Amino acid sequence: MAVLVLADHDNASLRESTAKAVTAAVLLGGDVHILVAGLNCAPAADAAAKIDGVAKVLHAESPRYEHMLPEPLAVLISSLGPSYDALLAPSTTTGKNVMPRVAALLDVMQISDMMNVLAPDTFERPIYAGNVIETVRSRDAKKVITVRVTAFQAAGQGGQASVELLDAVDTPEISTFVSEELSRSERPELTSARIVLSGGRALQSRENFTKYIDPVAERLHAAVGASRAAVDAGYAPNDWQVGQTGKIVAPEIYIAVGISGAIQHLAGMKDSKVIVAINKDPDAPIFQVADYGLVADLYTALPELETELARIGI
Amino acid sequence: MKILVPIKRVVDFNAKVHVKADGTGVELSNLKMSINPFDEIAVEEAVRLKERGVATDVVCVSIGPAQSEDVIRTGLAMGATRGILVTFDGELEPLAVAKALKAVADDEKPDMIFLGKQAIDYDCDQTGQMLAALLGWPQGTFASKVEVDGSDVVVTREVDGGHQTVRLKLPAIVTADLRLNQPRYASLPNIMKAKRMPIDKKPIESLISDTAPRLEILKMAEPPHRKAGVKVASVAELVSKLRTEAGVL
Ligand SMILES: Cc1cc2nc3c(=O)[nH]c(=O)nc-3n(C[C@H](O)[C@H](O)[C@H](O)COP(=O)(O)OP(=O)(O)OC[C@H]3O[C@@H](n4cnc5c(N)ncnc54)[C@H](O)[C@@H]3O)c2cc1C
Ligand SMILES: Nc1ncnc2c1ncn2[C@@H]1O[C@H](COP(=O)(O)O)[C@@H](O)[C@H]1O
Repeated sequence: MAVLVLADHDNASLRESTAKAVTAAVLLGGDVHILVAGLNCAPAADAAAKIDGVAKVLHAESPRYEHMLPEPLAVLISSLGPSYDALLAPSTTTGKNVMPRVAALLDVMQISDMMNVLAPDTFERPIYAGNVIETVRSRDAKKVITVRVTAFQAAGQGGQASVELLDAVDTPEISTFVSEELSRSERPELTSARIVLSGGRALQSRENFTKYIDPVAERLHAAVGASRAAVDAGYAPNDWQVGQTGKIVAPEIYIAVGISGAIQHLAGMKDSKVIVAINKDPDAPIFQVADYGLVADLYTALPELETELARIGI
Repeated sequence: MKILVPIKRVVDFNAKVHVKADGTGVELSNLKMSINPFDEIAVEEAVRLKERGVATDVVCVSIGPAQSEDVIRTGLAMGATRGILVTFDGELEPLAVAKALKAVADDEKPDMIFLGKQAIDYDCDQTGQMLAALLGWPQGTFASKVEVDGSDVVVTREVDGGHQTVRLKLPAIVTADLRLNQPRYASLPNIMKAKRMPIDKKPIESLISDTAPRLEILKMAEPPHRKAGVKVASVAELVSKLRTEAGVL
């Protein structure tokens, strides 16, 4: 048995989600290989070779792979299909974009957002916004899987895999990259932060996120998240959205401020270790999942929290 | 230009689902069913292109039981021009849905197919990408902006780090994300009109022969419920509990 993991990277570096997908791949059994496809992505390939449990890194270079466009990438990955029993990618927007395309080319039904390996053909995955967990057994000879990264620890460092260069596969140019606008933030990354502080509709403006959320996030070294309502209203960028259709997070502390706790929001954060809710409505559904609830107006509670953290030296 | 919009009938996003006592599935009998929210956004985008004169035909297609006619009529009331119901009783997996939609596309020859990014029942997020692969078309998934430019479509996508814009040669697949648009409410006269519009009906067997699931569902279960914790009286108490009781600060 051999398993291929599609690396999540930005050419210059490898994202932590790759090492988490490797942990899932190891549970399937057999040799684990990583595919790093990109342009000038040798640094990412070298980083992949150092992940524990990886036997080989396949390094494919082409301008076509620079932005991980799914049309050329799916052809490359499916061309490797015959050598593997399972093909995995972390459930990032890239993995979600590319892997179903691979699955269809291989005539396989994908297992999306896999959160637990029960056997090499049997898995758990969340459905209905995480309100139900289904156990499925795949009848396909080959498995194509996207991995819910919050469900797996990152594999360690210390591996010494060989790196093999792979030729690009020629494909018609039906798609081209135009541009990207990536939000820059000093804050830790949302999906890997130890503490996440999220704001909802009650924040009322982008300025209030800066004025009320930022100082507390700063003290806690927290990543900042948001509800869909806050993002839709333009108070926060889209990549901050936590939930069923946004990011899935599972930090040690999740602090929801002015968020009501709709199931679509809970779907993205209810596996957090400790949940704190600050809401002025004592009946807000968020309190049903919160370990610590504070019924208060956020406009007084957040400045108080900042002062209290400062007082105790955090 | 013709746009095909596949729409799925799903449990309403407000309904609370429960697993059947024997763990074989979800109890759906008394739950409100609606058009998948992302598909409503896809219909809205297609109808706007029609209103701007870019598209002429907006064809809604749903695969499912007879009641799926309702969600097609929702699309027609919003301004779609035609409906196709592919009848199938039971749950069809994205791979089979994509194959059936490919057969519809081979027949209809649309210039674009707008799908939802994911169906909120099984949360698969696969069908659009699979259909693109089967047709050999480019795909613009998780779209927050769609602009037709001659023989191309330019799609801005919501990605983990922010936004990405790609240019796709038509024909192409687009899957709608939440912020692509705010779907309209259909007016009463349009709802009435949609009731009388004809819908083509065909059984799934006329499109694909293999509908057998590839994933065998062994069990469904509700995840462990989080217990509500305690209410704290002040910020100071909150911080102190996080430090001493939870030990996380
Ligand atoms: C298909 C679909 C997908 C979705 N996906 C997501 C998703 O991924 N993520 C997501 O978050 N949502 C998602 N939603 C939306 C979700 O259903 C809710 O509408 C949304 O989460 C509500 O955001 P909110 O809690 O910020 O706003 P509201 O529900 O309006 O809640 C605001 C809260 O703030 C409190 N409040 C007001 N003023 C104050 C104050 N001064 N101090 C303290 N508290 C105050 C109120 O009591 C209230 O509880 C989705 C919906 C659909 C249909
Ligand atoms: N049975 C169906 N009939 C019509 N369209 C569907 C069906 N199932 C899925 N789709 C389309 O595919 C999208 C993604 O669904 P999924 O891959 O199941 O998450 C949906 O938003 C619909 O646009």
